[in-house]
Amino acid sequence: MITIVDYGMGNLRSVAKGFERLGVSARVTQDPQEITSASKLVLPGVGAFQDAIQHLEQFHLTEPIRTFLEKKKPFLGICLGLQLLFAESEEGGLSKGFGVLNGRVRRFPEGPLKVPHIGWNSIRRVGENARGQECPLLEGIPEGSYFYFVHSYYVDPVDTSVIVTQTDYGTPFTSMIWKENLIATQFHPEKSQQWGLKLLENFARF
Amino acid sequence: MLTKRIIPCLDVKEGRVVKGVHFVGLRDAGDPVEIAARYESEGADELVFLDITASHEKRRTMIDVVRRTAEVVFMPLTVGGGIREVEDIRELLLAGCDKTSINTACVEDPTLITRGAKRFGSQCMVVAIDAKRVAPSRWKVYTHGGRVPTEKDAVEWAKEAEERGAGEILLTSMDKDGTQEGYDIELTEAVSSQVKIPVIASGGAGKPEHLLSALQEGKADAVLCASIFHFGEYRIQEVKKFLKQKGAEVRV
Repeated sequence: MITIVDYGMGNLRSVAKGFERLGVSARVTQDPQEITSASKLVLPGVGAFQDAIQHLEQFHLTEPIRTFLEKKKPFLGICLGLQLLFAESEEGGLSKGFGVLNGRVRRFPEGPLKVPHIGWNSIRRVGENARGQECPLLEGIPEGSYFYFVHSYYVDPVDTSVIVTQTDYGTPFTSMIWKENLIATQFHPEKSQQWGLKLLENFARF
Repeated sequence: MLTKRIIPCLDVKEGRVVKGVHFVGLRDAGDPVEIAARYESEGADELVFLDITASHEKRRTMIDVVRRTAEVVFMPLTVGGGIREVEDIRELLLAGCDKTSINTACVEDPTLITRGAKRFGSQCMVVAIDAKRVAPSRWKVYTHGGRVPTEKDAVEWAKEAEERGAGEILLTSMDKDGTQEGYDIELTEAVSSQVKIPVIASGGAGKPEHLLSALQEGKADAVLCASIFHFGEYRIQEVKKFLKQKGAEVRV
């Protein structure tokens, strides 16, 4: 059973539908108890960082998620769910995240490129020791596969060893991280057709 | 590299696709869900449903179409047509759509853009602009499905929509729509070069060359297509291969 946190941001049902399509049972919940006791947790979400923080507080979900994270069980963050793991975000002044990873969430620079970064872009495995090659969630997913992105901010981890893949948008940015039980993507696997579903399938087995 | 998006658009009336889609092998050519799945398998990057249901009571049908589509299709889904309030957006999002495309209600009350963006995120708020050429290099905004002219200048309105929190602009040339003679490249370029958010060109696609010029000369970030794909004359994957050969970045 996969537990998906619903905190009222964007279209959260499609993540559940992705798992259901794969024959994996999933529940979308706002119940703190179901979150702390989950065996596998997904934190999805699109929208603004500070709104997400606000919604999590409002629904009393910050502490249950923190408790879950301390248990070192499989966790998948998607888009905002990746950014929220970091210490702070430049969005809306400076907002505090869960801080389980050191680093800042930064805005794409002003320039010739459109912001938000919206659409299909490819991922590239990185890491001296081919960390991307070992990441269990990328098993069976070809190098250079396209995933769907929609965001104006990107994560900048202090500990670069957590970076699994990068994607180019003017400059290379971190599109996926992995640290022990934590995996998180900037892109939306639930909106990324074949390879997105493959990644969700890998998480169900993780 | 970020790729340019090819987005088929289906006109849906009371839960059925109208204007006809002529695919070989479709069980029910009027079923939006079946057509959506077909487009996904052929390499569409996103999908737009335009609800042209006239009566308000029958709008519930669209919610059901969205719900059933989101169960089988795993790409971004946008719904446009008849959306008036933040609550309408919420219902569609809950049913499984990702973005809503709004014209009239945003023109009548531009704060809807900001309220929607604040509540659901800018990425949900696609502002649809129906533009008609009124003078050389000047376009006016129309509402109510192209029936009602406004005093708004299309380029200025696009800039205002961006400032108010729109995530994308869906830009339709009323002069070109339905002609299959090609997009209004000048309009597309005029808007795309004035805003920082992505612009989806719409209206006039009849052959692959039209898509190429909208993306390259028009600087569009995505192209909306209807009849070019509906009649089976061109397949999405073939068109994408053509675009790639010609130097456009697309996902093939």
